[in-house]
Amino acid sequence: MDGVLLTVTTTRPPATDLGYLLVKHPGKVHTFDVPTGTAYVMYPEATEDRCTAALLLDVDPAQLRAQQESFELGAYVNDRPYAASSLLAGALAKVFRSALRGASKDRPELAAEAIPLEIRVPVLRGSADLATRLFAPLGWQVTAEPIPFEPEIGGDSHYVDLRLAGTVRLADALNHLYVLLPVLDDAKHYWVAPDEIEKLLRSGEGWLAGHPEKVLIARRYLAHRRHLAESALSRLDVAGPTSDEEAELPVARKVSLAEQRRDAVLAVLAEADAARVLDLGCGPGALLAALVKDRRFTEIVGTDVSSRALDQAARRLHLDRLPERQRDRIKIWQSALTYRDDRLRGYDAAVLMEVIEHVDPPRLPALEASVFGHARPRTVVLTTPNAEYNVHYEGLTGMRHSDHRFEWTRAEFQAWAARTAERYGYAVEFRPVGDEHETTGAPTQLAIFTETTTEVTS
Amino acid sequence: MIDVPELALVALVGISGSGKSTFARTHFKPTQVLSSDYFRGLVADDENDQSASAAAFDVLHYVAGKRLAAGRLTVVDATNLQSHSRAGLVKVAREHDVLPVAIVLDVAEALAWERTGSRPDRTFGRQVLTRMHRDLRRSLGSLAREGFRKVHVLRGPDEIAATEIRYEKLYNDKRELTGPFDIIGDVHGCHAELVALLGKLGYDTGRADAPHPEGRTAVFVGDLVDRGPDSPGVLRRVMAMVAAGTAICVPGNHEQKLARKLNGRQVQLTHGLPETLAQLESEPESFVTEVQEFIEGLVSHYVLDGGKLVVAHAGLKEAYQGRASGRVRSFALYGETTGETDEYGLPVRYPWARDYRGSAAVVYGHVPTPKPEWINNTICLDTGCVFGGSLTALRWPTRELVSVPAAQEYYAPVRPLSAIAEKPDEGLDLADVTGRRHLDYGYGRTTVDAENAAAALEVMSRFALDPATLVWLPPTMAPCSTSTLDGYLEHPATAFADLRGVGVGKVVCEEKHMGSRAVVRVSRTGDGDAIWTRTGRPFFGPALDVPLLARVRAAAAELFTELDTDWLLLDCELLPWSAKAGGLIREHYAGVGAAGRHALPAALAVLDQVAARGLDVGGLRDRIELRSAEIDGYSAAYRAYVRPTDGLTGVTLAPFAVLAGAGTSYASKDHGWHLAQVDRLVAADAEIFTPTRRMIVDLSDASAEAEATDWWLALTAAGGEGMVVKPYAGLAVTDAKGRLVQPGVKCRGREYLRIIYGPEYTRPEQLGRLRNRNLGRKRNLALREHGLGLAALDRLAEGAPVWRVHELVFAILAAESEPVDPRL
Repeated sequence: MDGVLLTVTTTRPPATDLGYLLVKHPGKVHTFDVPTGTAYVMYPEATEDRCTAALLLDVDPAQLRAQQESFELGAYVNDRPYAASSLLAGALAKVFRSALRGASKDRPELAAEAIPLEIRVPVLRGSADLATRLFAPLGWQVTAEPIPFEPEIGGDSHYVDLRLAGTVRLADALNHLYVLLPVLDDAKHYWVAPDEIEKLLRSGEGWLAGHPEKVLIARRYLAHRRHLAESALSRLDVAGPTSDEEAELPVARKVSLAEQRRDAVLAVLAEADAARVLDLGCGPGALLAALVKDRRFTEIVGTDVSSRALDQAARRLHLDRLPERQRDRIKIWQSALTYRDDRLRGYDAAVLMEVIEHVDPPRLPALEASVFGHARPRTVVLTTPNAEYNVHYEGLTGMRHSDHRFEWTRAEFQAWAARTAERYGYAVEFRPVGDEHETTGAPTQLAIFTETTTEVTS
Repeated sequence: MIDVPELALVALVGISGSGKSTFARTHFKPTQVLSSDYFRGLVADDENDQSASAAAFDVLHYVAGKRLAAGRLTVVDATNLQSHSRAGLVKVAREHDVLPVAIVLDVAEALAWERTGSRPDRTFGRQVLTRMHRDLRRSLGSLAREGFRKVHVLRGPDEIAATEIRYEKLYNDKRELTGPFDIIGDVHGCHAELVALLGKLGYDTGRADAPHPEGRTAVFVGDLVDRGPDSPGVLRRVMAMVAAGTAICVPGNHEQKLARKLNGRQVQLTHGLPETLAQLESEPESFVTEVQEFIEGLVSHYVLDGGKLVVAHAGLKEAYQGRASGRVRSFALYGETTGETDEYGLPVRYPWARDYRGSAAVVYGHVPTPKPEWINNTICLDTGCVFGGSLTALRWPTRELVSVPAAQEYYAPVRPLSAIAEKPDEGLDLADVTGRRHLDYGYGRTTVDAENAAAALEVMSRFALDPATLVWLPPTMAPCSTSTLDGYLEHPATAFADLRGVGVGKVVCEEKHMGSRAVVRVSRTGDGDAIWTRTGRPFFGPALDVPLLARVRAAAAELFTELDTDWLLLDCELLPWSAKAGGLIREHYAGVGAAGRHALPAALAVLDQVAARGLDVGGLRDRIELRSAEIDGYSAAYRAYVRPTDGLTGVTLAPFAVLAGAGTSYASKDHGWHLAQVDRLVAADAEIFTPTRRMIVDLSDASAEAEATDWWLALTAAGGEGMVVKPYAGLAVTDAKGRLVQPGVKCRGREYLRIIYGPEYTRPEQLGRLRNRNLGRKRNLALREHGLGLAALDRLAEGAPVWRVHELVFAILAAESEPVDPRL
């Protein structure tokens, strides 16, 4: 019923020999059952000078849906019946199996020869730029025309009509497509298992190791499963991909800054002689892991509003495998800083590391009341980005993270902290974290609040 | 006849065979009686296994605690002959602030021996009984000392058999008094202001007992005396009113201290007590004695008006209401202090009102406040009259505040009144919303699963507006039953049938706007105005929300006046769809359209070339051609909801219900009323508002139905999404059994549904499959969310605390996490 299309054309006479290479006779319409529908191979032109094979994939949405278990609306109406993707790559591998291997019973020399080829994929998700970066290094002349939206909507869609021209071995061409179509599409339709590494390395033999975009190719092909991508790349003998965290920032300083921040927080906790500590907004538990290692902390509580983050933290700390005595030191609770939580009362110290900038400014009073008014730890350690420092991040426009609701200058942060400290009976002091710049200060600002009165503000 | 408080822990005391179990069976319900034998059996399979006693009493105490916490009389059937075992019971009673009562059954040892002899399982010898009897004799003298507030000793089988139990109410239980009341804050000797206030409230102050012509009752929250110019005058007035029954009074800490002084106890002469003592000097001694007796007779708190109102001088937390113990009295008089003092040397008080979650309103005084404010259904009426503030009364049940200003500052406050000018933050407790929660919201009951609550918590705390603003969320809406008409999945015929089926006779069909749901709160002053999405997020962000709200506010000016409200809550659709969902449309809907409209012609071109070579591709070509027409239909469908906007230019709101205003929910108004208000807004600003086309249909009139069906066909043929069919009578319509019915069902157009079910859904085989869609979950969800929303509006109208509204709004958001087919 549908049409995901790929055409391969050669002009090397006798062009109809393409039929021998593909093992599909040009005089027939060939039909194949594939797991997600029906594939057709046919020849819109077949002359001595020019022969084109078309692979048309008729995707059955019901069959496709059976493989997904999602209540997302996209599971019902989507571009899969039209756009080239891993579905087409899968069909290609099945229908042109021997050609992909470079084998030909009838025309072995031709199979080994680079021949003039034209390839067209009318609808492919991805940008023209990326298509060029992926195919051009392999010797293709790339024409990727963005497919426009209707005038009522205006502009270009995120699909391109891709045409490749070059003199390439047919088997290489098919392998390029087999690997790179899903990479451009970037949404695998099936669960990516470790044996995908083998498929990638086999199809990428002879070209992937030297490809300038091999890191991106490996990551996307392996559906962003980082350890698989690292494994594949190590076998291609290149450095592993950068972490997702780092991808947020255009400069590579963040890892070391995160460490410096962690150390600064730990130092404050040590100075405050805190044994029972809260990590409010613990996320996936980076700080918790550091706290657990230090025996001075007899009780460690990590809270976050995201249950997913808490699951990650529990996994990171191997909570299910810790001996009982160790396990008893650690608590992981869902909590929200805009609600007061009786469980959080009476601790020595609370850490809010890179947390408040994720709270909408109108909700800050609720956070202040719940942390400083209700939980009332003896010490509060709080860090947040210093907006003034952002000028040093090359290419950074706006804020450092897409979820930041604000980033404060040092004056703004200190004014807020002083106001909050005054209202709730704390003294506050500030420290820079990270390399301090003469005019803009350090990348991270840290405040230490120390309880001075035990007044309860109602 | 013996008296037992309605709420008490009753310990039966007696040797084996004294008839405790029979007595318990005769006078109490089986569930009220906790027998040690039974609990021994529970934990050890043997009622006589004495080695299991410790464990059995553990469980017994635990169960007793649960019963007492819930306010249920509890009787303990055990020998209770040892002081340590009775101490355990006294402890449980005290923990729950109920009175421990002992009923001793004193029978002769011989009779007991004879009775136990008939038991097949008697495991003890006569010497055990002798020892028990000795313990009983020893116990009799010490029961009162051990803390039993009442000790009844019943001697011999005849007296035991003849005994009847009479239940007595606690002194603080005045639930039968329904007022109406005028609750008056701390007077502190300001007699002139008291007379002025009573006069303003309508009491006949010409008479000493100041009766009210409408039979109203004054309620004094205590601190009648000290600091002010005429404490004796105030006392005389209040004592006369209390004696005549025109007033009731609870004591304040100042009365308490005065009584101690008058009793000859050593107290510090501070905080205005010397002034009172000096004023009393000139009073006759008999009056002083009367004052002393009056104060000693005061009960520290009252539960009034069927349990809806609690009055105590310093307030009272829920667990202490209607209870009696030293700490209850102390809380009522002094409040809960943290043991610290503030910078003025005044005690720091624990903010119990902030944590208050009780259903009874608590009215109190004690701490001067510039302006009385409701905090979680509690209110402090001490407006510092003696410090030059005012004397304030709360009218109950209307909750109206009446006050008179102080004639002068009679006493300088330690802490200036203005130092506590800020309204205390009610705040929200995580326990109000998280975990598995059962909600009885008046229109039904629901359970919020912990995991859905967890998901909602994330959305609520990371993205939503302040809960104080976010007073309502729109419920999801179910589609009409699935149509079997050829080519249709949804059709007016089934929509009408659905409503007729639940007994609705008249409906309004409203054009369904295809945009983004928006809830708008606007007020005369602009204070607290907001516009939010169906998940409670600010709509566009301040840059557009603020000017948009200003337009709505201006257009609503007349409505504010006519409806006599300072603010309004509007349920709207914001148009066009692309204004808010532009990104989604480009990424998803238009992306699929562009891909399809490019892919299918390319495939057709290939097939035509193949056919030109003489090969047969007929069937395949026909299918792709059909598909190509379908993708065009799909594209046309979403395109109808895309219009260019620039900032607010091109953005309009289509309101369809006026949900609430100050002190009112408009849920009971019919849709004619709602649409009339909406039309006023459209008339006031036709640029920012889009009208909603509608048709009223009498479901018993087939021609009216046919006309409405034609209307729907025309509407949807022109690219409209469809219509919503609602019971005309309003938002809270119920069926014959009194159950809430769906507030409306949507009936979506044939072309529109391509966006939802896919370009090809109209094919017979696809329609056949889709007709099996199951609407049950969606309907259930829609009805629950609707009921929760109605309840939130009701609570808002009655001035409920933020947490009471928020728990419902939160439950609506949590319900949205339930897995339901999003296409419905």
